[in-house]
Amino acid sequence: MALKKIEAIIKPFKLEEVKEALTEAGIEGMTATEVKGFGRQKGHTEIYRGSEYTVDFLPKVKLEIVLPEASVQKAITAILKAAKTGKIGDGKIFVLPLDEVIRIRTEDKGEKAV
Amino acid sequence: MTIQNMFGWRPLLVLSVFWMSIAGVRADAPAPTLEQRVAGLEAYLGNGDPTAALKDAKGNIPDGLTTASVGVAGPGHNGWMMTSAALVLFMTLPGLALFYGGLVRSKNVLSILAQCLGITGLVTLLWWAVGYSLVFDDSFKSPILGGLGFAFFKGVTSAPNTNYAYWVSQNVFSMYQMMFAIITPALIIGAIAERIKFSALLLFVGAWMFIVYFPLAHMVWGVNGLMNGVWNAGAAIKAIDFAGGTVVHMSSGWSALILCMILGKRLGFGKEPMPPHSMVLCMVGTGMLWVGWYGFNAGSAVAADGVAANAFMTTTLATGVAAFVWAVAEYFDKGKASVLGFCSGAVAGLVVVTPATGFIDASGSIIIGVAAGLVPWFFCTRVKRWFGYDDALDTFGVHAVGGTLGAFLTGILATADVNANLNTNLKEIVGKTLVAEQCKAIAVTLVLSIVGTTVIAFVIKALMGLRPAAEAEREGLDVSDHEEKGYIY
Repeated sequence: MALKKIEAIIKPFKLEEVKEALTEAGIEGMTATEVKGFGRQKGHTEIYRGSEYTVDFLPKVKLEIVLPEASVQKAITAILKAAKTGKIGDGKIFVLPLDEVIRIRTEDKGEKAV
Repeated sequence: MTIQNMFGWRPLLVLSVFWMSIAGVRADAPAPTLEQRVAGLEAYLGNGDPTAALKDAKGNIPDGLTTASVGVAGPGHNGWMMTSAALVLFMTLPGLALFYGGLVRSKNVLSILAQCLGITGLVTLLWWAVGYSLVFDDSFKSPILGGLGFAFFKGVTSAPNTNYAYWVSQNVFSMYQMMFAIITPALIIGAIAERIKFSALLLFVGAWMFIVYFPLAHMVWGVNGLMNGVWNAGAAIKAIDFAGGTVVHMSSGWSALILCMILGKRLGFGKEPMPPHSMVLCMVGTGMLWVGWYGFNAGSAVAADGVAANAFMTTTLATGVAAFVWAVAEYFDKGKASVLGFCSGAVAGLVVVTPATGFIDASGSIIIGVAAGLVPWFFCTRVKRWFGYDDALDTFGVHAVGGTLGAFLTGILATADVNANLNTNLKEIVGKTLVAEQCKAIAVTLVLSIVGTTVIAFVIKALMGLRPAAEAEREGLDVSDHEEKGYIY
């Protein structure tokens, strides 16, 4: 079966909830990275003794999950349920095709390695 | 080897002085009366002259007449001055270093710390060699510069120099004053932060001490100084400056403005964001400055007396009010009170109250606090933008503006009610024309700072250049000038 990679950009304070929802949905591993970025959400202003700076890049967390195609939908459902606040800036989910996965310890390949 | 060979003539001299002062008599000298001995001790309580009771009607002391109180330091006054000296050093290391260090970008944090450390070492050496002497000796008989009598600390011992303090050891006094000589040039680095070569800065500071600081400190604090209104009856300008509004804050602040304009703006100024890398360090440094400033202001009484006590109170009141007022001004201006606002207000309050602290009462200090919260705030947030100079950490806005404001307000608010020394030479002008004398002192300080800094800066620029290569400045001075980093993650 084909493998997919999900990249989800979420609000940092939602990381724990999303992780729990994914674990409940049977997803066993993931990688989280602190990133900065912006979409439609505006940044904020910082003022230091009258010097104003607009901070466009906002802190977000990027989650990367590799999984068989059959599990993609339940993972997306779990992320949507946990990460949604309904306000602008909730983030995005990207689903990408994946050529190969190799577990370094055993040299297993494909679905066995996920 | 005998003891005498090891120590030369000193043990004999020390022993004989010790014996003379304990016994109070030489074989052929008159003995002090019990009244004279008690009066000597009572002088200690009021920070007075222990020899006053020994003088005859003409003001002369009979040959050989002395008591145990003469020529020795008083433990309480001496103890406070050693504490104060340490507190003033603490203002620079690490107070100012962290206050400024937190405000720069993380790639330049060590350059600020290195500049503070480098200045401390350089000024210590200069102070020992000639600096102290050029400020506090009077052998040149000049109102502009002291003399060379104390060069290499010759004669600077634990005995008091009664030109400046009856009860404080001269070695303690010289160390206390050295801490002022250290922090003054260190204040300058705020305006020129993130864009000056370390070597050029040290050369600048070395020259600046001789051309601006030593003469100015002698004029204001030297016993025969040009502007020492309190103690020099012959002062041409009868101004007062308790703890250094002109000597420390105006001189550093105005010099900083000139140097920052000659140096030019930081690369990317106005185009890329340059926010403080750590407001936490900045606030920690502010707290240290505030605590250390008690040594600076209350210590400037050079005694643990009532004048020091009053200075302690006025320093606290003015600073607390100024910190609050600056933040309130921000709130009404932009809707938010910031930590940097509180910190800036506190430093501004400390600066403005500095020349006044030992001369004003509680009400005066509240007026100073309000003015310190508003005027420097206006300069840092408005005037800087109108003119476009890159005073990186607001040395001009806080220290030059605050120091000038303080020198002026001191002329209006000073009262002999809290400091009887104002009655000695200034009785006729306090509360009347003193403020005009203050304006003259402000003018002298301005001219000396601006002309001195301009000349030194252009000479160094021609000799070796002031700025690092553009690439080094972009990379950060920590790596380019010191080959280390402040933070390794």
